[in-house]
Amino acid sequence: MNQRVADGTLIDRTREIAFEFNGTRLKGHPGDTLASALLANGKRMVGRSFKYHRPRGIVASGAEEPNALLGIGRGPRFEPNQRATNTELFDGLQAQSQNHWPSLEFDVGAINASVASVAPVFSAGFYYKTFMFPKIAWKHVYEPFIRQAAGLGKAPSEADADTYEHFHAHTDVLVIGGGIAGILAAKSAAAEGAEVLLVEQAPHWGGRALVDSEEIDGKPTADWVSAEIAALEGLPNVKLRSRCMGAGLYDHGYAMLYERVADHAPQAGVPRHRLWRVRAKQIVVASGAIERPLTFAYNDVPGVMLASAVRDYLGLYGVAPGQSMVLAANNDDAYRTALAMIAAGLSVEAVVDTRREVTGALPQAVREAGVRVLPGHGIAKVHGKTEVHAVEIGRLSGAGRLLGGTEKVYCDLVAMSGGWSPVVHLFSHCGGKLRWDDAAAMFRPAPERAAPLGHDGAVNTHCAGAANGALQAAECMADALAAGAAAAGGKSTTKPPKIDAPEEAPMEPHWFTPAAGKLNTGTKHWVDFQNDVTAADVRLAAQEGYESVEHTKRYTTLGMATDQGKLSNINGLALLAAELGKKIPEVGTTTFRPPYTPISMGAITGRNRGPLFKAIRQTRMHGWHAEHGASFEPVGDWYRPYAFLRPGETRAKAVTREILNTRENVGLLDASTLGKIAVKGPDAATFLDLIYTNMMSSLKIGRCRYGLMCTENGFLFDDGVVVRVSEDEYLLHTTSGGADRVHGHLEEWLQTEWWDLKVHTANVTDQWAQVAVAGPKARTVIEAAGVDADISAEALPFMSWIETRIAGCPVRIFRISFSGELSYEIATPANYGLALWHALLDAGADHSIMPYGTEALHVMRAEKGFIMIGDETDGTVTPQDLGLSWAVSKKKTDFIGKRAMERPDLIRADRKQLVGLLTENPREVIPDGAHAVDQITAPPMRTIGHVTSTYFSPSLGHSIAMALIERGSERMGEVLTFPLEGDKVLKARVVDPVFLDKEGARQNV
Amino acid sequence: MSEPMTMLDGARAADGLTCEIAERGPVGQITLKGDLAAPALSDAVRAITGTGLPAPLSALFEGEAGTVWMAPDEVLLLLPHAQVGDAVIRLSQALEGHHHMVLDVSDARAVLRVSGKGAQELMAKGAPCDVSDSAFPPGTARRTHFAEIAVGLWRREATVWELVCFQSYAPHLFAWLVGSAAEGTEVGYFDR
Repeated sequence: MNQRVADGTLIDRTREIAFEFNGTRLKGHPGDTLASALLANGKRMVGRSFKYHRPRGIVASGAEEPNALLGIGRGPRFEPNQRATNTELFDGLQAQSQNHWPSLEFDVGAINASVASVAPVFSAGFYYKTFMFPKIAWKHVYEPFIRQAAGLGKAPSEADADTYEHFHAHTDVLVIGGGIAGILAAKSAAAEGAEVLLVEQAPHWGGRALVDSEEIDGKPTADWVSAEIAALEGLPNVKLRSRCMGAGLYDHGYAMLYERVADHAPQAGVPRHRLWRVRAKQIVVASGAIERPLTFAYNDVPGVMLASAVRDYLGLYGVAPGQSMVLAANNDDAYRTALAMIAAGLSVEAVVDTRREVTGALPQAVREAGVRVLPGHGIAKVHGKTEVHAVEIGRLSGAGRLLGGTEKVYCDLVAMSGGWSPVVHLFSHCGGKLRWDDAAAMFRPAPERAAPLGHDGAVNTHCAGAANGALQAAECMADALAAGAAAAGGKSTTKPPKIDAPEEAPMEPHWFTPAAGKLNTGTKHWVDFQNDVTAADVRLAAQEGYESVEHTKRYTTLGMATDQGKLSNINGLALLAAELGKKIPEVGTTTFRPPYTPISMGAITGRNRGPLFKAIRQTRMHGWHAEHGASFEPVGDWYRPYAFLRPGETRAKAVTREILNTRENVGLLDASTLGKIAVKGPDAATFLDLIYTNMMSSLKIGRCRYGLMCTENGFLFDDGVVVRVSEDEYLLHTTSGGADRVHGHLEEWLQTEWWDLKVHTANVTDQWAQVAVAGPKARTVIEAAGVDADISAEALPFMSWIETRIAGCPVRIFRISFSGELSYEIATPANYGLALWHALLDAGADHSIMPYGTEALHVMRAEKGFIMIGDETDGTVTPQDLGLSWAVSKKKTDFIGKRAMERPDLIRADRKQLVGLLTENPREVIPDGAHAVDQITAPPMRTIGHVTSTYFSPSLGHSIAMALIERGSERMGEVLTFPLEGDKVLKARVVDPVFLDKEGARQNV
Repeated sequence: MSEPMTMLDGARAADGLTCEIAERGPVGQITLKGDLAAPALSDAVRAITGTGLPAPLSALFEGEAGTVWMAPDEVLLLLPHAQVGDAVIRLSQALEGHHHMVLDVSDARAVLRVSGKGAQELMAKGAPCDVSDSAFPPGTARRTHFAEIAVGLWRREATVWELVCFQSYAPHLFAWLVGSAAEGTEVGYFDR
């Protein structure tokens, strides 16, 4: 069934390409959309509807299409819910219709819906009303059923095989839309000298003019468009991009564009989509207008289409959507479709016009062609199930209801036009307000109420042409020239091109044609095709008290589908207003949000997938770790070895081995991730006395001191060892994840509060690789590696440091310990990091050296009762809570947090305090975060604190934990109760949090 | 065993790409903070890199050496790696008595050079700042973010760009650049 009747402007009929629809091989031409090719092959029914599984056909020819949503591609390239009207045909394209089982023609869901149609199943608020009782049924009956029935299309089952990317662009003027308005706006902005980026969502330029205007400036429209585009391409200050949709507008001229680079020509290595992130000084929105359907009974039968779409298929693609047509309209513009049908040699059975008087030039031309034009008439009902085969038409009353008898007119195509709505979406994304134009029955941009603003507070977004409500070609072009020039800061002097358009008589709004007799034929006057919302649903919502359009939208699901109500919003709004006896502007519009049409998840993700999903930081030894069994864990942005697994070893076994070896022999830890901040200047000591809770000015050169940093609220937020390098220079160690945060903290105080202090800071974390050598044999190993200095207990005592060389690497050796063992932390310029690591490993080979990971580190520090930022702290914990009062200076007159520490809440006696816990059963480890309670009662129980760190200690042979417990320090020896999952109760005794070597004998050797 | 080695060890990629992406290996880098208006500071810088002090958001080059503006009180000096130790001492001596900070950061940051026809477009894929010829002519320098990480970015010549990032992020940045520069991904935005 070939429906190709003529040459279309956009297709190349000399070449054929093959594609597949539901497994059937079909043919089309280059330039076709999937929709035009399907229609050319006589495929008018392309899917089934969302709730009722009704047969649905192609309604539109562009982005507003509600029905023709198809699954495109296979396997890793499958994507559901693609609009056939925006899908360019390519050789080998595979498309599947959606929302039916077992087949498009025979569908079980449709039978269910027809059986259920005696009751108002799926009517407004259906979900809210139906699935309430009994409660248990939701989980076991309703939800599985709804999940199966709900949703359009199927989710892809394989990872996406395509690539995507982002691109940043900056321009003076961004023009969105490549119809005549966009072209002329770009032209006049460019004439003012502005850098212009002109984008168009379709593959071709010219928009509606290609079909609706015969000639511009005496040339055929297509030729005029080509000439204008060629002229723009020749300008050095204009860039053009087709297949590139304006998806969203945001603050200060930030625009998101969605370029479909390779959808039409899939090719390995070419990104499928590209997301443009554009900064424009000024934006012109020339996004055109969308035709509205009319709401009559069974207006959803395949073969009922927008009038503009019918003439698009004829003019652009040479496809006849039907052989004999009835046109239903309330405006003159729609008559262009009748003329196009006649010109193509097809039949127009009748035109029904809801207006009482029809006198315009276009209707006159249709009359002169011998077509019956019936003023004051409407469609009562469409006959046909999977295809239109007739309509009933009748005379309308003044109130728009059908009067008396109807006449059956046989036809296979119904074209409808309820007028046009400017595409105000983008203007509205970023705060632009609208006003209702009663005469034209449309919302149009109202910059006088509000418009998007630039960084300077001035309006930076202007609508032009049809998007601005200038629907007639002549006014559209003048408006666009002015908008383009204004965006570039000038005033257009260009005369609009000449266009010979017939004068159009005013349209008259007509929102609803109830079928004869009762309000309804069944209940099926469709308002929202994609979400299956009828006029009766809107009426029901109004009757049930829904007054706000936002609430009605959610209650009825009107405008909530993937098309976000592009066809249905205004009609639904008008129906609601009529039901409520209000005017349309009183009911208001729903909010427009980006993106304009759905964009791919891939485009949003860009390159950041797989290994590039998130930037990770690696130390210089990362490769070695990976080759030696490291099982990594993220720490801030870093990836650190949790443990080094030997073949066949579990994580837990490896951790135990690493701990015991460090305690008995010697361990090696990659500590490069430790934050390091250099602080220098004559006021460095003064500054650090303010930053840390303890005294740093008294620290001697060559010595190290553990320090605490608090926020202004007195809560501990970072800790680490401070090193005095010279009189005016310090090196601060921070937690691994905390370097950036601490550096920002230092700079904030320096720049905003203590700008008079002469201090410079720099984050030097990456300058140094750092290795901790810990264990009884640590000194032996370092000496074996060849150290140029004396590192004996006398020469390099605990908490001191020196600069020297080890195995030829320049190093700073810090005698500090987080494990409680004899320990040296050795820093070397990072480019020597791997060399130092190897030197120490080689030197330790005879001394049973083993690398250890972060978990061994954590267990060993817990054995020593050392706190960990983020475990024992959570932003509400003070140094005093943790028993660290010794590190809070009482002498200093000020430091950050000092004043807060005197607040009643921070000194009350019943604060939670750090304690150690020993479980009654030494093998049992308390779950992390477990809560201790006063007594076991029915939930909720009063909790008196929680576990902050918990491990099995291989060094001690029993489970240990740390916890923050109310009045913890007064509870030594008390047995606490921890209710766990499954009614289990665990008991643990409160002990000192230092479990191992309280005197420090192991580290002071 | 004690030969210094950068994170990427001079990695280089060009096959099938629109530009060449190379890590420059060890590059002498010195962070200098202080009063950029002080004549002593500009004299000290000139003695090391041979350039004057760059204006905000710009960089000056003298062969491989150069001075990059980083902040109102900070410049980054680029010089041959072998000269860093000596340069740090000379700078410290020259600025004695002036409040300043001199740090050898040669090991902290990786320098990646992106050169060739596709370089500018690759910068626009990763950086939110305007890298067009008019906004970012050779000699421009910015601190910005790129591929989700913090970078310094400057343009040495029309088709030669350099990015610096913390060495720990260098594998990510290098992989991102190579992955985004494949032939077939050309945007064609700066073609004229």
